[in-house]
Amino acid sequence: MDLNGFAAGVGDTAQGPVSIAGSSSRGGSVPGVRTVTAPAGIEWIQADEMIVSCGAGTLVAELDAALAEIGQSIALAPTGTVGGALSVGQSGIRRLGYGPLRDVLLQAHYISAAGDVVKAGGPTVKNVSGFDLCRLLVGSRGTLGFLGDVILRTRPLPAVSQWFSTTADPFATFAALYRPVSVLWDGETTWALLEGHANDVREQAAGAGLVETGGPPALPSTARWSLPPAQLHMLSTDTGFVAEIGVGVVHHSILQPARTLDPAVLALHQRLKEQFDPTARLNPGVDLFDI
Amino acid sequence: MSCLIDDLGVAVSPDRVRAGHAELSLYRRDASNFDGSASVVCFPMTTAEVQAVVRVCVAHATPYVARGSGTGLAGGATPLDGAVVVSLAKMDRIISIDAQARQAWVEPGVLNLDLSKAVAHLGLHFAPDPSSQQSCTIGGNVANNSGGPHCLADGVTAAHIVALEVVLPEGDIVIIGGEDPDPDGLDLRGAFVGSEGMFGIATKICVRLTQNAPAVRTMLLDFDRVEDGAETVSAIIAAGMVPAALEMMDALCTRAVEEYIHAGLPTDAAAILLVEVAGLSHGLEDQVARIISIGKAHGARTVRVAQDEAERALLWKGRKTAFGAIARIKPNYYLHDTVVPRRKLPEVLNQVYEIAKRHDLLVMNVFHAGDGNLHPLLVFDKREPGVMERVHAAGEEIVRVSVAAGGVLSGEHGIGLEKRDFMPLMFSPVDLAAQAAMRAAFDPTGLANPTKVLPSPAACGDVHHVPEGAWI
Ligand SMILES: Cc1cc2nc3c(=O)[nH]c(=O)nc-3n(C[C@H](O)[C@H](O)[C@H](O)COP(=O)(O)OP(=O)(O)OC[C@H]3O[C@@H](n4cnc5c(N)ncnc54)[C@H](O)[C@@H]3O)c2cc1C
Repeated sequence: MDLNGFAAGVGDTAQGPVSIAGSSSRGGSVPGVRTVTAPAGIEWIQADEMIVSCGAGTLVAELDAALAEIGQSIALAPTGTVGGALSVGQSGIRRLGYGPLRDVLLQAHYISAAGDVVKAGGPTVKNVSGFDLCRLLVGSRGTLGFLGDVILRTRPLPAVSQWFSTTADPFATFAALYRPVSVLWDGETTWALLEGHANDVREQAAGAGLVETGGPPALPSTARWSLPPAQLHMLSTDTGFVAEIGVGVVHHSILQPARTLDPAVLALHQRLKEQFDPTARLNPGVDLFDI
Repeated sequence: MSCLIDDLGVAVSPDRVRAGHAELSLYRRDASNFDGSASVVCFPMTTAEVQAVVRVCVAHATPYVARGSGTGLAGGATPLDGAVVVSLAKMDRIISIDAQARQAWVEPGVLNLDLSKAVAHLGLHFAPDPSSQQSCTIGGNVANNSGGPHCLADGVTAAHIVALEVVLPEGDIVIIGGEDPDPDGLDLRGAFVGSEGMFGIATKICVRLTQNAPAVRTMLLDFDRVEDGAETVSAIIAAGMVPAALEMMDALCTRAVEEYIHAGLPTDAAAILLVEVAGLSHGLEDQVARIISIGKAHGARTVRVAQDEAERALLWKGRKTAFGAIARIKPNYYLHDTVVPRRKLPEVLNQVYEIAKRHDLLVMNVFHAGDGNLHPLLVFDKREPGVMERVHAAGEEIVRVSVAAGGVLSGEHGIGLEKRDFMPLMFSPVDLAAQAAMRAAFDPTGLANPTKVLPSPAACGDVHHVPEGAWI
């Protein structure tokens, strides 16, 4: 994997701004700006440590396939590249059970605006050595640095994984289940994903009055709202949405009402940008507040 | 210019600003061996008071150090150079609990265990469970991104903090993160967790609460060889199980604990493993059976499965009172904290024994084996001449062998002063400059707990040294 070549490409400051091309599954690079491509390929998988190292340009599908062979997975959205998924930072619909995407990144080598290879984090699951730069990179959409290679945490595949549905109240269903992996609600139907031992899944489902179903509903893709989970009740008069109960992500057919931004928080973002990319050459024009 | 102490008195209230010699001496260090000196200690009770204190410190260009309970082990809360200590101990209210959304807002001075107790009747708890949970604060947990035995399955503090109200070092009050899952912009919440008091002072914390498990099974396995115990740990994880906790104790530690609590621990074993699985009944029974067979295949002599809650509590008491037990052997201990890949546990443990032997020190190991988080405990009597130098030298070697084995400097105690100068073992100057850039963005004033975490060159020429005699 050619991290140094990638660094040289990013660091060619004489050529001005630079953008990164993944597989364009998430909107792609910034139009009209020179692009670079992150190294691709799985470097190693340590099944017993439950970690994997790969280039940021690796396709999520390739990683999924390799991990499936050893009975493990990572909850990355299934399209595009690993770097793209991390840079966008959106968690999938299993976030309730698996935790947010940001928690899978243990270590990254990224290329700074100056073209340096910078290491963030460390290779072990538990690590508090220094400030947590990895958290800042996930979801930063290439505005602080370009991911080169990463070490990610995997999880074991469950023995059984089954979707169920019910027309019962989604909040009551959520409260009745022990650690469901996902609970979705479209205003009428509630879906729940249960994983684990077959008998536990069956007993939990029976106890909550759930019936087996083929899978989750289709998700409206116009907008992705973020609401406090306690406020999901408010949606009951809406239509055209699928809400993640217990999480607060709402896949919606209309845009979320604009949210106000605290000027002090914005100023903090600007200071971070100035520190990491003083000439604003990385993914110019990408606005983290305009998604 | 007006006097710092008077101004702080206006910021809070004169009776909550203390500068008496006896009182200051209580705040000159945390639970580490690093001594510093505070010029004044103040006790704000509201966010507005914290803000006022920070503004006074900025006006006087005086560094300040946030402090929870002072149980930190890396010198994070140790005030240097006459810094102002900002104690959050009086901000200890649980503000709100939302049982349905499983979130709670708390003030930073709430003690970790008090929160879990307060939500127990709802079938919930706060998952991070450091051994110090009776006395450490949630604010301290956030600043150090603390862990505990049950963080193996449920994750460390960072995974349980959804939002923070922070007084930034320039005095602004901001909310970072949010009750909603994907606040716009960068993950500032994630960046703040683990910032060891250097990015601002957390004044309100929104935590995620975790469902209590419907059932728990706790097992004790014992081995003739440390290697066998360590290999059992790897094999359990490799088999696709993530137990709730997976803790190991070596022979010396087991003997000390057994003499102390009489739990019937096998004192002739080279290592014992405490394994706890939690969840729904069928999955539990299945895991118990598989763990027993993996243990047996790796040389476990006996497997004791706790038959009831009392026996479970007794087994955990053994793990949790290890420090008390050790105090009976020698008066002082130095607790280390490094992480190594699980597969390297046997090798690194052997190196730890060798290092201790060479420095003529006793070492005991009681640690979070499931995530490779070693806690070698050097026990000694500091009245012995020259012993501190040996403790110091052995500690440094332990850190070095851990990093050389592909591990990291700290799994949960943080860097603080203790490991600041070891940071270059893991990070290049460029890596450190990136961390310094984070710090500079959060704290342009450089006054929030300066001189911690980052070794001097990366801290923009801000050269301070650990005071002489800090290792006492
Ligand atoms: C016997 C013993 C056992 C321990 N076991 C464990 C363990 O199992 N796991 C573990 O992870 N740790 C453990 N620790 C270490 C310690 O308890 C934790 O680091 C704890 O989180 C510190 O909390 P505190 O309230 O005492 O913080 P303090 O020691 O007071 O402060 C720690 C750091 O946090 C900063 N800080 C405190 N409050 C705030 C705030 N509101 N805003 C911003 N910064 C703040 C301080 O400036 C300092 O840098 C143990 C310590 C002891 C003594």
